[in-house]
Amino acid sequence: MLIAHVIGELISTHKHESHAGRKALIVQPLDLDGSKRGDAVIAFDAVDAGVGDRVLLVTEGFSAMTSVGRPESPIDMAVVGVIDRIDLDLLARPPASRK
Amino acid sequence: MFLGRVVGTVVSTMKDAALKGQRLLIVQPLKPDLTETGKCIVMLDAVGVGPGELIYWCRGKESSFPFLPAEVPTDNTIVGVVDNIHLEGSR
Repeated sequence: MLIAHVIGELISTHKHESHAGRKALIVQPLDLDGSKRGDAVIAFDAVDAGVGDRVLLVTEGFSAMTSVGRPESPIDMAVVGVIDRIDLDLLARPPASRK
Repeated sequence: MFLGRVVGTVVSTMKDAALKGQRLLIVQPLKPDLTETGKCIVMLDAVGVGPGELIYWCRGKESSFPFLPAEVPTDNTIVGVVDNIHLEGSR
């Protein structure tokens, strides 16, 4: 799972039938320091998250399609949680990897 | 899933039997601000898209699910046409 920030929504009419009725979010994966981790991706919403939320993102098909209730459908990413708080023990990691 | 734009097609005669009749499209991956990112990818089309269209696609084993019960050997498939993108702070 990745930590990510919901930065937008995607609207599509012409799409695979299994995607109907599911909200597509544009989410930006983040590093622990809050910086961007690669490019933003499109994920279906399993928890009623919205723009501005910090969320948990799964990037693997089985977990994604089961969480949004669409088995055997072409879904590879889903938002499966809204993050309330992250507690980090920075001293538990060597300085070079504190990101 | 990822954003992209259809920039071309591939024609192939000798290919896996399960790929017969499938359209092979070349897609340029995009960021949400529609700037290009990464290199172009060849993928199948599960919804019927046209040249130049803004699309989103699915990666991995899941990308073969639109073609079930046929077992189509693909690793990337277009699964939707993008109408609109609403980004935070842009409304």
